[in-house]
Amino acid sequence: MSLVARALEAVGVPTLTLTAAYSITASANPPRAAYVEMPLGYTAGRPGDREFQLNLLRKALTLGVAIETPGTIVDTGVRWSEDRSWKSAASSGLNNGVISAEGDTRQERVDTPQYQSEDDRLAAEA
Amino acid sequence: MNAPDASVDYIARTREQYDSLGYPPYLWAERPDTPPWSPITRPLAESTVALLGSGGGYNRGQVAFHWKDDTGIRLLPSNQPASDVRVTHFAYDLEPARADPNIVFPLDRLNDLVEEGFIGGLASQSIAFMGGIYSVRRAEEELTPAILDAVEALAEDIDLALLVPV
Repeated sequence: MSLVARALEAVGVPTLTLTAAYSITASANPPRAAYVEMPLGYTAGRPGDREFQLNLLRKALTLGVAIETPGTIVDTGVRWSEDRSWKSAASSGLNNGVISAEGDTRQERVDTPQYQSEDDRLAAEA
Repeated sequence: MNAPDASVDYIARTREQYDSLGYPPYLWAERPDTPPWSPITRPLAESTVALLGSGGGYNRGQVAFHWKDDTGIRLLPSNQPASDVRVTHFAYDLEPARADPNIVFPLDRLNDLVEEGFIGGLASQSIAFMGGIYSVRRAEEELTPAILDAVEALAEDIDLALLVPV
């Protein structure tokens, strides 16, 4: 995502990249980024929790647009939970520490469309 | 900021995991140079924001992403409820995002922020793609130009692009 941010910025579009993966974002170095301490797959908040999601976006936007030095990652202070034990198990792939799995946690990368439901497939193929 | 003390180092963990599984090392994008920069010219309350999400969002009736370096994009109407958005991706747990797509593609929340005047407006279309592309070359040569074209083609002038990865 950071590479997309860099490309947009190069053609005149200001960007803010939200991130729950500090090390990955720091490596690819986007112009402006806002860090949230969230498991992968929950970058923009807790499911069904409108206030948490609004608070996360307000903080990210407010702090993000105030960045003055290219390549800055600000910490929003947003935390998934006071109980931070999920992080000891978290890895990239399907194990985000909240829903745990072991070994190679990615699903097989297949080259046919992967619909959320059979109904979606039928609608797309109609 | 320096790395938060307690942030998960996914690069190190993935390296260890790949080693233990006998895979060749994953090559993360490294861009140590100063990034390109476009100044923000308007306050948030007057800014038109475009949402871009790499969680694999698509709408019913659209062809879903495949999981093997799909470099396509999907345009989703920003005025639809987030519950209309479907998600597909091989590398994060989809169940919570399918229950509430706002956690990877926060359409409802951005519309809320427009309503309360926190941001000026939302681009009429949002841009979704499937960010699990293992080839940096293909991400830069195929996906990125498609996104740039889509942003360029938006009906509104964009003051800020909000990028939401997973």
